[in-house]
Amino acid sequence: MSIATFDTTGPQANARSEDYLWTLNFGPQHPATHTTLRLVLKLEGERVVDAMPEMGYLHSGFEKIGEHLTFNQYVTVTDRMNYISPMANNVAWHHAVETLLGIELTPRCTYIRTIIAELARISDHLLCNGAVGLDTGAFTFFLYGFYQREVIYDIFETLCGARFTNSYTRVGGVSQDFTPLVIEKIRTFLKTFPKTLDDMERLLTRNRIFVDRTKGVGVLSKDEAMSGSATGPVARASGITRDLRKDEPYLAYADLDFQVCCASAGDCYARYLVRMQEMRESLKIVAQALENLPAGPVNVGIDQRTALPSKQQVYSTIEGTISHFELSMSNRGFEVPNEESYAAIEAPNGELGFYVVGDGSEAAYRARCRPPSVLHFALFPQLIRGHTLSDVVAVLGSLNIIAAELDR
Amino acid sequence: MPFTPPSVDDVLAALASRFGDVESSVFRGQTRVVVPAAVAFDVLAWLKESGFDLLVDVTCVDYLDYPGATHRYGLVYLLTATGTNQRLTVRVFVDDPDPTVKSVVSLWRGADWLEREVWDLFGIRFTGHPDLRRLVMPEEFTAHPLRKDYPLQGRGERHNFPVITRDHS
Repeated sequence: MSIATFDTTGPQANARSEDYLWTLNFGPQHPATHTTLRLVLKLEGERVVDAMPEMGYLHSGFEKIGEHLTFNQYVTVTDRMNYISPMANNVAWHHAVETLLGIELTPRCTYIRTIIAELARISDHLLCNGAVGLDTGAFTFFLYGFYQREVIYDIFETLCGARFTNSYTRVGGVSQDFTPLVIEKIRTFLKTFPKTLDDMERLLTRNRIFVDRTKGVGVLSKDEAMSGSATGPVARASGITRDLRKDEPYLAYADLDFQVCCASAGDCYARYLVRMQEMRESLKIVAQALENLPAGPVNVGIDQRTALPSKQQVYSTIEGTISHFELSMSNRGFEVPNEESYAAIEAPNGELGFYVVGDGSEAAYRARCRPPSVLHFALFPQLIRGHTLSDVVAVLGSLNIIAAELDR
Repeated sequence: MPFTPPSVDDVLAALASRFGDVESSVFRGQTRVVVPAAVAFDVLAWLKESGFDLLVDVTCVDYLDYPGATHRYGLVYLLTATGTNQRLTVRVFVDDPDPTVKSVVSLWRGADWLEREVWDLFGIRFTGHPDLRRLVMPEEFTAHPLRKDYPLQGRGERHNFPVITRDHS
């Protein structure tokens, strides 16, 4: 393949302009895609004329597996969907299952899930914005973000023993209650993180190079965002004020005071700003939820027959023993209606929902995941047309495409 | 007088007066309507005009061995009215041997990849789709893996894929 040069005087001047296009294969293994996805770019010199995104390299049949694993087992697979914020996926999956089963969570559980979902949002936005910075040449910014992600991982490790693939939630509750150490670590994080966030903003928000690389690049208009079913920070950066935490309050969000962060420009810079601001709002949510954390049981009661009773109940009460045995047996567990329902949460990336069909058994008959990444990746060609090759990484990074969630 | 948005019931009543009686049900506060495949596109276009402007998801369920099911495939269109925060699920049932429904890409651009995924994994054909190719499975793949008659282990495709070596690429 040769690099075409546009010669307007030579004998080739009458050739069709398409003759000067050349094709660049970007991915599936490329450091700037960050994950395994592929773009076929049509270039005229450095300008991108068209892009054809292709996906499926990480397809592992998660939805098919969901039809064979029980509601509690499948949470381990949801970890591996959006592995940048696994806790949010756990919460989304069991939120959908509990909607199907009609389970009302305890107040403590809703607060705990709110806290971990917001910590997951911070950790996602740190990586996403960090990667945008990294791809546009700001390495220090990325390291600042990554260090704070480690702190969040430490919190999760103290909470449930796993750093990355947490599998923390259970039907009707969570696997571990908050311990004083976890609360202390979150408090420390709440104290130290704003300083880092200020540093990060000072590093990049008014950085001339970064602003030039991202402002006016990859503009998504409000109508396009609506028509393309964009959700989350991508939609909010285009002026859509939709946030499920406010619009359809789930968990404990109705009790908490926070703002929905929006921008109207719709470019990469606006998406960066929305994410930066959302981290501050998430901190507010975590702080409020932590200070108002209700006492009481974390899992639903024995009579609901969904969450395993505590060991103390198992050893000292007959109901606890019976419930423990029955939940451990394959044909005596939950009562699942022959019904179907959809429930979604505002995941860091957008609306993450599960359409769950129950058929009376403990495994879902169908476990459809509505992945925000797919719809955002489909928007990519219209965002990149007319920009240069170096803008590809900025646009790709600002959409926060996670291939594992994309392909499932 | 304060503005009261039209309730989902009002929308359903208007829908019924326009397209004949539609079967609707409510489960856990979620309203579902079943519409025939022939008018599915018109209903969705009308719903988009009536405020359900966000297409959240298009997916499908294969009811092959589902207790009490009368149709093989049930398409699911999840709509949201962003103005009023109402949700509506539209169900369209199609059957073998030629499960086909009209594409809604002309209404919502976002339906493009969602319909491609349903075609890929369930083999439902969307007429009028601009580019109905497989989305997650390779082009050479012949089966539709999320159908219930497709085994979890696959049919050996994974072991029989042609391997491209460096010399032959």
